Amino acid sequence: MLLTISTTYQPATDLGYLLHKNPARLQSLEVAGGQAHIFYPEATAERCTAALLLDLDPISLVRGRAGASGEGFALEQYVNDRPYVASSFLSAALSKAFGTAMNGTCKDKPDLPAQVLPLAIKVAVVSAPGPDWPRRLFEPLGYEVEIETTPLDPTVPEWGDSPYYTLHLRHAGLRLQDVLTHLYVLLPVLDNDKHYYIGEYEAEKLLHRGGDWLPQHPERGFITRRYLRYLAAYVNPTLERLMQGEDRSVDSASPRMEDGESGSVETVQPQVAEPNDAMRGLAESTLQPKLSLHDQRLQQVAHEIYQLSPKRVLDLGCGEGKLLRLLLRQPKIEYILGMDVSHQALARAASRLHLDEMPPRQRTRLDLIQGSLLYRDERLAGFDAAALVEVIEHLDPNRLAALEAVVFGQARPAHVFVTTPNADYNQLFEKLNAGEFRHDDHRFEWSRAEFAAWATAVAERHRYQVRLVGMGEEVAGVGAPSQMAVFNLEQS
Amino acid sequence: MPQDTLKVPELSLILLIGSTGAGKSTFARRLFKPTEIVSSDACRGLVADDENDQSASKDAFELLHYLVAKRLKRGLLTVVDATNVQEEGRKPLVALARQYHVLPVAIVLDVPDAVAQERNAQRPDRRHLGRHVIASHRQQLRRSLRNLKQEGFRHIHHLRNVGEIDAIQSITRDRLYNNRQEETGPFDIIGDVHGCYEELRALLEKLGYQITEESITDVRDLGVRVTAPLVGRDATLRVSSLNDAATNDSSGADAETRRVASLQSADGPRRKAIFLGDLVDRGPASPQVLRLVMSMVRDGSALCVPGNHDIKLLRHLNGKNVTINHGLAETLAQLEPEPEAFKSDVRRFLDGLVSHYVLDGGKLVVAHAGLTEEMQGRGSGAVRAFALFGESTGEIDEFGLPVRYEWAREYRGRAMVAFGHTPVPDAEWLNNTIDLDTGCVFGGRLTALRYPERELVAVPAAQVYSEPVRPLNYRALQLQAQNELAAENAPSTTAQHENDDLLDIRDVTGKQFIETRLMRGVTIREDNAVAALEVMSRFALHPKWLLYLPPTMSPTETSALPDLLEHPAEAFDYYKRLGVERVVCEEKHMGSRVVVVLGRDEAAIQRRLGLVGEGIGKVYTRTGRNFFTDAALETAFLARLRDALSTAGFWEKFDTDWVCLDAELLPWSAKAQELVKTQYAAVAAAALAALPQVEAALTEAAARQLDGAEALLARTTARHQAATHYADAYRRYCWPVHSLDDLKLAPFHLLATEGKTYFDRDHAWHMETLRTLSLADPGLLRATPYRVVPLTNPAEVEAAIQWWTDLTAAGGEGMVVKPYDFIPQGKGGLLQPALKCRGREYLRIIYGPDYLLPGHLDRLRQRNVKAKRNLALREFALGVEGLERFVAGQPLRRVHQCVFGVLALESEAVDPRL
Repeated sequence: MLLTISTTYQPATDLGYLLHKNPARLQSLEVAGGQAHIFYPEATAERCTAALLLDLDPISLVRGRAGASGEGFALEQYVNDRPYVASSFLSAALSKAFGTAMNGTCKDKPDLPAQVLPLAIKVAVVSAPGPDWPRRLFEPLGYEVEIETTPLDPTVPEWGDSPYYTLHLRHAGLRLQDVLTHLYVLLPVLDNDKHYYIGEYEAEKLLHRGGDWLPQHPERGFITRRYLRYLAAYVNPTLERLMQGEDRSVDSASPRMEDGESGSVETVQPQVAEPNDAMRGLAESTLQPKLSLHDQRLQQVAHEIYQLSPKRVLDLGCGEGKLLRLLLRQPKIEYILGMDVSHQALARAASRLHLDEMPPRQRTRLDLIQGSLLYRDERLAGFDAAALVEVIEHLDPNRLAALEAVVFGQARPAHVFVTTPNADYNQLFEKLNAGEFRHDDHRFEWSRAEFAAWATAVAERHRYQVRLVGMGEEVAGVGAPSQMAVFNLEQS
Repeated sequence: MPQDTLKVPELSLILLIGSTGAGKSTFARRLFKPTEIVSSDACRGLVADDENDQSASKDAFELLHYLVAKRLKRGLLTVVDATNVQEEGRKPLVALARQYHVLPVAIVLDVPDAVAQERNAQRPDRRHLGRHVIASHRQQLRRSLRNLKQEGFRHIHHLRNVGEIDAIQSITRDRLYNNRQEETGPFDIIGDVHGCYEELRALLEKLGYQITEESITDVRDLGVRVTAPLVGRDATLRVSSLNDAATNDSSGADAETRRVASLQSADGPRRKAIFLGDLVDRGPASPQVLRLVMSMVRDGSALCVPGNHDIKLLRHLNGKNVTINHGLAETLAQLEPEPEAFKSDVRRFLDGLVSHYVLDGGKLVVAHAGLTEEMQGRGSGAVRAFALFGESTGEIDEFGLPVRYEWAREYRGRAMVAFGHTPVPDAEWLNNTIDLDTGCVFGGRLTALRYPERELVAVPAAQVYSEPVRPLNYRALQLQAQNELAAENAPSTTAQHENDDLLDIRDVTGKQFIETRLMRGVTIREDNAVAALEVMSRFALHPKWLLYLPPTMSPTETSALPDLLEHPAEAFDYYKRLGVERVVCEEKHMGSRVVVVLGRDEAAIQRRLGLVGEGIGKVYTRTGRNFFTDAALETAFLARLRDALSTAGFWEKFDTDWVCLDAELLPWSAKAQELVKTQYAAVAAAALAALPQVEAALTEAAARQLDGAEALLARTTARHQAATHYADAYRRYCWPVHSLDDLKLAPFHLLATEGKTYFDRDHAWHMETLRTLSLADPGLLRATPYRVVPLTNPAEVEAAIQWWTDLTAAGGEGMVVKPYDFIPQGKGGLLQPALKCRGREYLRIIYGPDYLLPGHLDRLRQRNVKAKRNLALREFALGVEGLERFVAGQPLRRVHQCVFGVLALESEAVDPRL
């Protein structure tokens, strides 16, 4: 909420010319989300400090957003840190208050902007993903970085430090224009919040400002991803309301999607939502070219399905439609039904598969429906094959009987493919402590023996034959990362 | 004189048949409601903007068939106004009538060509039609006439000329024989008797019927007379008094008095017996059974539907060639010595039986083999066949018997269906249906269902009269064989519990309309159901635990008092205005709202909820999630709560082995620790880190005499203070939970126990009952301070306001104001079941640290509680409905629908600060 810029350049009051703001006056202006006040706590020839105080209006902030984006009413919007931290709102205010300086123009002293100055910057406060991040972002640009930590609650010492830091930057000689640009781009990158962003256009504009120096920045991958996160951020408002105060991770949508993304230990580098064209150039250099474990899994399942040349295929828990895309490519499959419990994942699948623009004939091959594997559903009858890729481990064990009844008792496709993580393999994940699961939402992870026991019992109860397959590279003693059970209906 | 009225069944598909110009539309308009007429011309108009566009006929008739199908599905009489002169045109309509079990009726309008010609000439749009059209129509009509009966028309009215057509002044709609909706009972519904006369007598007597043997003096006498018990007299009492009468006083005079009383039947309404058919075969005394039932039906003290055995006997008596097996031989032998007059009585009686009855305003259906919802109250060969034989899959089981399709598993109808036909070891409810054939003739029992009481009364068979081909308990045996190993500790769950293991997605998705007792219907929008499906599937407990979800609660209207958003005066005003005389004010605990479902032991949960191996109970949140994530803590908590209830003698006092409580579980931080850290503490940390630095900068600026710096500094200092108060506010509701001793449960509603809900008890009763309970373990249970406030007494009202002021000043969240009655009805119908009134300090954590700053509070006053209140009412109605359904033993899907509905409504966009 407070940014101060100090210099000992002589005369220090030239800062006023550079910023195009008179040190003798306190000025206020309307900015996105509230008011900005610009004033000088000190203004002598030796040392001059300009302060930008951002006073966000929490009430209008909420009202405005609720109407415009329909993002609505999650309670956290009312009681939140926005009024106190440096966020994209501060960037917006910077650009409005010091736009001229940022562009490097100074009417009264045209040579001044090119001048490098000794500068000290203070931001109170930033919210950062960790105490090392301010350093990682600003040191490569030549700053001396210092942070002050603050406890989460001094009355509860065991809670430790809060994610809020007072940030001090010092630079021996830099153009003011560059400093402003660095702050403009990097302050929102530090910020932890995922709900408040100024919109796609703004995010692109912000990133554009980094054009000169960003490609050389060692943390460009992180910086880019944080921006892409702003772009991809999408919260299902109705669901959000239900989950209020219950689970902070729910807006990360369906299990399938989460698996490929952050929250899962399987991918070293968290993947991001698909970038739009403007972002792609920057993003590509940062993404790992190698197929993720999840993609390997999907290809193997698709391959297995294709071997059986089924005509009608179910993808139960289709998530964002990665398997659907693979299945659509198989010419002999006449019809594919993708089902997921998350409406949001389905919307994403529809958009990724370009459902609306599909030619009519292809369109008739695919339908997406919201459904739950815990409820009997007659829409699932009459299929040759069904895939449940990384689905069962997202259900409480006492609900597996319902899933079993729905899939094997009622829908009864000729072939069923069920994949799940192999817990035996977990010891090979460095980040995973013993007994921990690969994903927050996993309710269990089974050893190969446990999975085999379940699969065999299910097969027996429902007159299927079952075959167990490892998925991914086998490691002696622990097996493959994932495991699959292939069920084939017995001919009666 | 030509007839002036036509008779049709009340539910029929009427085809008007006649050439163009025959006057069909005029006839239809004159005699039927406009909405009952589906016209091919109108359909042509709808699909082609031109009623005479013959090229549109295909589409037009598709539409016509669609409309007809929708109407028939909904049980509405429908008139098809089309020429219908060709068999191929009638065929799909007759097929639709069959599909929806509606009787097809033909009304033929047969007018001379010249008349039709003349009429068409009057109409500009039909002038162009050639003579040959009418001629060919008439020719086809002539050809059709003799085939109509064969095509399946049950009633054919042939009006041969204009005179006959014009003479018809009205259509009489005959009630279907199966429609007895005006008979409301109470009934005693009796399963398959199969000639077991002694058991039937014993059962009827146990039910309070008096049976008198009479001498036969006339051929019409049946030799037995039965008097049904009076309504409202308890059957068991009656049984004992009858026994007394039998032992102490069996004088003829007394019997005579009783008989006279029964004949006069002037002493009020009596119960009525319903026989579910299969009166005969296999058993020792089929003629006596027939005699008794016929006598009762003739007197109006019983109804009877036919069973397959009865109909086979009828066919035999009618001289049809039937195979003499399955016990028919015994019946024939027993009938042999009977007089011919009796046999022809039997024939007439059986011939007159109607396949099924719809009774009590559609709430009860009786049929021998049961009846699906689509077939109830309908008439067709298929309906009769289903009612007699049920549905078989075509497969034959290991005993050589047809495998029956278990229609009851899929039954979702509104009406209760009582049926027999398939012998079962015990009469069990399944989806509001019940099979009452408990195999008396096979040595089982003869069972009756008392309706509407839903009580079962049975007498054991005196002996095994016939060996069943398939053992009565073969299903249980089958299951046992399947689970040899698990058999010993195999749980005994009921058929309903098994059925409830799997709910159907149709019951919860899409737009739902839920009938409730408190509000006529609650609509759930589709997108809300979408959100609820995800939460229910991914996060909620097993639906069998979820008996109830609490409704949301609205705050008071906004107070106008300075520095306050809420104040008790508005709550008192609301209730007083709507005619409530007293309210109960309860201290509001800041914790997590939970519902507790607890069994006395695991067996109780197994018996009542059909959940096996899931412990003695659950504590779940407003969205159906398990409150506990730590299984050991959960087990310990539940055991301690169970022990507290046992200590308090709760189980005995309420005659139950399970309970459902509505409560607050403290502290807030127990469940919300993450939320407290990431949101509430974080905001305070950010504010308290940033604001002092702003103050410092502004202090310097103010020292430089910058204009406006002083004001900004003052404001910042105020914000700094506000942030400090805010931090104090959230800290008050947090304490660390290291063990069970740190958790406190404050129950405020005793919602339900076995067979009972407590919505009929006032809040003072709930408070007192739970206060007493809490004494059993004060370390775990917290009694909620409360006071009853008569709204007419200003001093009491003032004292209650003072109570609130003191509570909130001490940091309390506030209080909840409830009308004295749990289900409050006021001038405008259902009232808010409760209003919350939160304190000034508490609201800091709802509205943010700065909410009391100048300029902020005024804007926050612009809040509207209307949507929230509307939601609260709907959720309250659904919650009550769901729990009442559960307690009444309804199938899980009916309970789940309500619970799901509350969850779905919770996703409505309403300001969460309210």
